[in-house]
Amino acid sequence: MKKTIPLLVVILGGFIWLAWVFVPHRLLQDVFYYDFYLPWARAMAPFGMLLGVMSLSMMHYGKIRRKAPKWQYSFFFFAGFIATSLAGFIGGTQKGGLYMWLFENLQMPMSSTMFSLLAFYMASAAYKAFRARSAEATVLLVAAIIVMLAQVPLGVKISRHLPDISQWILDVPNLASKRGIMLGVGLGSVATTLKILLGIERSYLGGE
Amino acid sequence: MTFELFSNLVGAFFTLCIFSFLYKDNPLYQMSEQLLVGISLGYSLVLVYERTFIPFFVQPIFLKQEWILIIPSIIGMFYLLRFSRKLSWLSRYPIAFSMMGVGASVALAMHNSILVQMRQAMVPLESVNLALIFIGTIAVLLYFFFSKAHTGVYGKFVDIGKWFMMVGFGASFGLTVMARISLLIGRIQFLVNDVFLALKHAFFG
Repeated sequence: MKKTIPLLVVILGGFIWLAWVFVPHRLLQDVFYYDFYLPWARAMAPFGMLLGVMSLSMMHYGKIRRKAPKWQYSFFFFAGFIATSLAGFIGGTQKGGLYMWLFENLQMPMSSTMFSLLAFYMASAAYKAFRARSAEATVLLVAAIIVMLAQVPLGVKISRHLPDISQWILDVPNLASKRGIMLGVGLGSVATTLKILLGIERSYLGGE
Repeated sequence: MTFELFSNLVGAFFTLCIFSFLYKDNPLYQMSEQLLVGISLGYSLVLVYERTFIPFFVQPIFLKQEWILIIPSIIGMFYLLRFSRKLSWLSRYPIAFSMMGVGASVALAMHNSILVQMRQAMVPLESVNLALIFIGTIAVLLYFFFSKAHTGVYGKFVDIGKWFMMVGFGASFGLTVMARISLLIGRIQFLVNDVFLALKHAFFG
């Protein structure tokens, strides 16, 4: 009851899904997929979101209650969460409302700044790689510099062949390496999904 | 001061708070980080409520009287029992329902990541580039094949795969850096044009 039924649901349902890919019968394509799975999955999905909200809120509440290190900042989490939620639920999500104002003037600038910070850390990572002075690191950085320079006007000024060399790197060695890796990832995915489908891999069900 | 300028000033303040991390970890950065997480969660919650909960839960059950959907709703609620010590095992049911999709993943991963890639790789080697792509793909695949020791002629061939991967990683690295730099340029343009110049116009004409 605790583990066997969920496992049977995965195995039986998994084989129905496998049949759904290959069998173009109305029973699978319409009745199973459109009439059963899609509406059921959509009705369940919001509760997954609620689980995430509760989990994060409980974590921050626990931090405040225990006065864990940096607990004061958890108040800002609650302030942002409650203000945005109330703005959306009460004021609506249309443009011009508080909800969209918070999104456009706080969420968007902060998240794009967060990602732009990575430019600095990647530059320092490149410097560290260059200091390693191995042949592999040099090849990696030379390829990276060519690809980067080819995208800016300065690169064309250095050499008019740079965009062609960059395109060749992307089209030939890059393609070969990505294809090799993709094939390996594909084989790994098939092996893992088969293990789940056959009930060999059960870690997703948790302990006990 | 116009409302637009005020909004830009708020954005600029939090942009600078995040940038302050470049100096060192500090309270302003910590505050903005937690605020960002809270706002993102609130934003997603409202979106899920409006775009999933109302059209796929409330409307079908209460307006169209599709009472059968009460069953998946109850199963979905089992997610929340994750926090109960005695009943947490019930949360395996909604997880199992979503894991059913692995059946389709077996076939789709086989098709998308293996068969399509193999079909694209198996073309007549009519040019030097096509031959290089073919050799590179085989060498990269063999590099991850650990059942045979990478020694002798075989080891040298496998090494070619490593060089191909280094060039590939370099290209990916370069593209990612450029994407991040374009974001950085966007933020600097915002600070200069939308905030600094707007402030200058507002106060000095």
